Amino acid sequence: MLAVQHVSKTYWTRGGAHRVLHDVSFQLERAQHLGILGRNGAGKSTLLRMLAGAERPTSGRIRRGMSVSWPLAFGGAFQSNLTGLDNLKFVCRVYGVDHRPLIPFVEEFTELGHYLREPVHHYSHGMMTRLAFALSMAIEFDCFLIDEAMVVGDVRFHERCHVELFHKRKDRAFILVTHDANSIKLYCKCASVLHEGRLLPFPSVDEAYDFYLATLKVRPMKVEG
Amino acid sequence: MDTTATLRKSFAIQLRVLHALLMRELITRFGRENLGVLWLIGEPMIFTLGVATLWTVSGAHRGSPIPIVAFAVTGYSSVLMWRNSVSHCSCAIEQNRSLLFHRNVRVIDLLLTRAILEIGGATASFAVLSCVFMFLGWMSPPIDTLEVLAGWVMLAWFGSSLALLIGAATAFSELVERLWHPASYLLFPLSGAAFMVAWMPEKLQSFVMVLPMVHGVEILREGWFGDVVQTHYDLGYMATVCLVLSLAGLYLQGEAGLRVEH
Repeated sequence: MLAVQHVSKTYWTRGGAHRVLHDVSFQLERAQHLGILGRNGAGKSTLLRMLAGAERPTSGRIRRGMSVSWPLAFGGAFQSNLTGLDNLKFVCRVYGVDHRPLIPFVEEFTELGHYLREPVHHYSHGMMTRLAFALSMAIEFDCFLIDEAMVVGDVRFHERCHVELFHKRKDRAFILVTHDANSIKLYCKCASVLHEGRLLPFPSVDEAYDFYLATLKVRPMKVEG
Repeated sequence: MDTTATLRKSFAIQLRVLHALLMRELITRFGRENLGVLWLIGEPMIFTLGVATLWTVSGAHRGSPIPIVAFAVTGYSSVLMWRNSVSHCSCAIEQNRSLLFHRNVRVIDLLLTRAILEIGGATASFAVLSCVFMFLGWMSPPIDTLEVLAGWVMLAWFGSSLALLIGAATAFSELVERLWHPASYLLFPLSGAAFMVAWMPEKLQSFVMVLPMVHGVEILREGWFGDVVQTHYDLGYMATVCLVLSLAGLYLQGEAGLRVEH
């Protein structure tokens, strides 16, 4: 179980205190999927970073009764003069996992070929993204934190990510953070909206999406058919 | 029972993370090509050799009972202990900030990794250099190996506690890193690497002996050269300073963690 209790987050900027999250509370059980909708700058990534334990809340508590991933496909921790394989070894050492059985999966998923053994600074942006996602999948967690904005790339890659995550690992818990309701509709039964620092729960994804659109002050697009 | 199990688990995670960071740091710093990891020893070795050569050629310390090479090796190796560990820790947080995304990687791990690496490197270079020079006959073996070890351990303690403190302080202001560089240059001539306290006029002695590393070098040289040299040191004073630095460093790294991870 992952329990978030009255979490608030304030950043101190030159312009004064900037409150990003205010009194956010929710619980997530094993195998439960939660979608969080929010416009740009609503504090979605901040919330994910705190759930991952990379940042601390200003007040409130986060209790982790299950293992929680780092924000998925996060490539910022790559050391550019290390090879892709070295980066895999590093992550495996940190989490206490043997890296050798994972090499075939990473080779197959990243399609990097001999570039897996080249320094990361020779990689294109797409190669980096594929490696970052593969490393996230290399360690097994009970709960995955997914920032949809991070899972970019071509359609094929996108599809493969979805297979790895939502089919092969559908027994795990997810928090899917996005500003696109379609993926939430596909995988989550309920959704919350992050609006003006508060997390508002809704019983269905549709209701959450309607509210979200209202906050954006745009009309929903009619889908023909 | 539960507490011991949790403690043991935490300790295992700590070791795992340190191992991961050490391996990562070794490859990024030294690469796989050329001499690779041997540069960890090679860098300080070239420095020490250079200083020993300069001092020999310039004829400094002529007429002193101590052979110049042995004097340079003991002196410069001690400087490396505190200078390199602090210099590398002073940019550790900034350069590795993104690694804190992994929950088990903490600020203290980043600092400890660099301190361990630098102190290990300086120790290995000191051991290798003195063995080579003893083999060549330029240096005699130490009179009291245990005392040499004691001096070395004290210098390592001083180096790592100062590195922890300064490394953590850089999280609060980058001024710390800027100031450290001139400070390390100013401290070098005062650190006891290039002189014995006994050679100083008495007024200067008490001033110089405020610096804790001076005591470490004096212990090291007493162990190496025996009664040939007259030494001045206060083990209790050095230990107290190191203890205060360690506690301050441990406290500050905790605060730095809160600040860096917001």
